[in-house]
Amino acid sequence: MATAVVTPTRMVLNQQKKRLKTARKGHKLMKDKCDELMRQFMDIVRLNKELRIKVEQGLTAAFASLTVASAIMSPEMLEQALMYPRQSVELQVKYKNIMSVNVPQYTFTTKNNDPSEIYPYGFAMTSGELDDALDKMARVFEDMLELAQVEKTMQLLAEEIEKTRRRVNALEHVMIPELEGNIKYISMKLEENDNATKVRLLKVKEMVLEKAHDFK
Amino acid sequence: MGFKALGLDVFPVSTAAETKDTLRHLTAASENEYAIIYMEETVALGLEAEIDKYKDKPTPAIILIPGPEGSLGMGQAALKAAVERAVGSDIL
Repeated sequence: MATAVVTPTRMVLNQQKKRLKTARKGHKLMKDKCDELMRQFMDIVRLNKELRIKVEQGLTAAFASLTVASAIMSPEMLEQALMYPRQSVELQVKYKNIMSVNVPQYTFTTKNNDPSEIYPYGFAMTSGELDDALDKMARVFEDMLELAQVEKTMQLLAEEIEKTRRRVNALEHVMIPELEGNIKYISMKLEENDNATKVRLLKVKEMVLEKAHDFK
Repeated sequence: MGFKALGLDVFPVSTAAETKDTLRHLTAASENEYAIIYMEETVALGLEAEIDKYKDKPTPAIILIPGPEGSLGMGQAALKAAVERAVGSDIL
C-alpha cells in the first residue's frame, strides 16, 4: 500500500476524494468504451471470417484457371501477354472514426471503366483459359479490397480494445483500491489526532484545576 | 502474375531476405504510396515479426492471400490472433 506516501491532512484527504471520483467516472467511461468496441469488433470479425473464406476460395479458383492457362500457353507467351497492363488502379484512403479509432476506408478507381478492358493482350495469340483466369481475378479483387479494409479495421480495433481493457483493469484493480485505502488511512489518522487532542485537553484541564484549587 | 493485368503493382520475390527488403522498401521509401500490400502466404512464412510491425499502423494494410498452392491457413490464424488479443481467449 502506498499509504506511507500521503500526508494525513484534510487538504490531501480532499484531493484524494476528488481523484477517486474522477477515477470512478473514468473507469465507467472506459468500460463503456470497451464494451462498445467489443460489440463492433465482433461484427467485424464475423464479416472478416466470411470474406476471408470467400476470397480464399475465389483466389484458389483463379489460380487454378491461371495454371491451366499456363499449361496451354508457353511461359514466354504468358509473360508477354501480361507484361503491360492496360488497366491501372488508384486507391484512395479515407479514415473513419470508430470510437476514436481511425480505421481506413478504401475506395478504388480504375482508369478504364469498361470491364472488358482488363485484358491487356490481343485474343489471337492467347488461350481462352487466360481470359477466364483474369475474369475470375477481377471479380475476386473487389472482395480482396473489402477484405483488406475489414482486416485492417479488425487489427486496429483489437489493439484499441487491448489498450482500453488494460486501462480499465488498471483503474479497477490498482488506482481505485489505492485511493480508497488512502482515504481510509487519512480519515482514521485525522480521527486519531482529534481523539489525542481531546484527551490532551482533558488532561490539561485536570492539571490546571488541580493546581488552582488543590482539586482532586 | 495475373494481378498485374488488373492494374496492381507486382513485386516478385524469391527469398525471405529479398521479401524483407522489398517490404521495407515499399513501406519506408514513400510513406503513403501503397496502402494495401497483398502478400502470398508462402512468401510471408517466417516474416511474421516483420508483418506484425505494421499491424497497429493505419497504413499499410498487409493482407495475406493464398498462393497458387492453396491456402496455408495463415490468414485464418491472423484472424484468430486478433480475436485472442482483443477478447483474451479464442472464441471462434
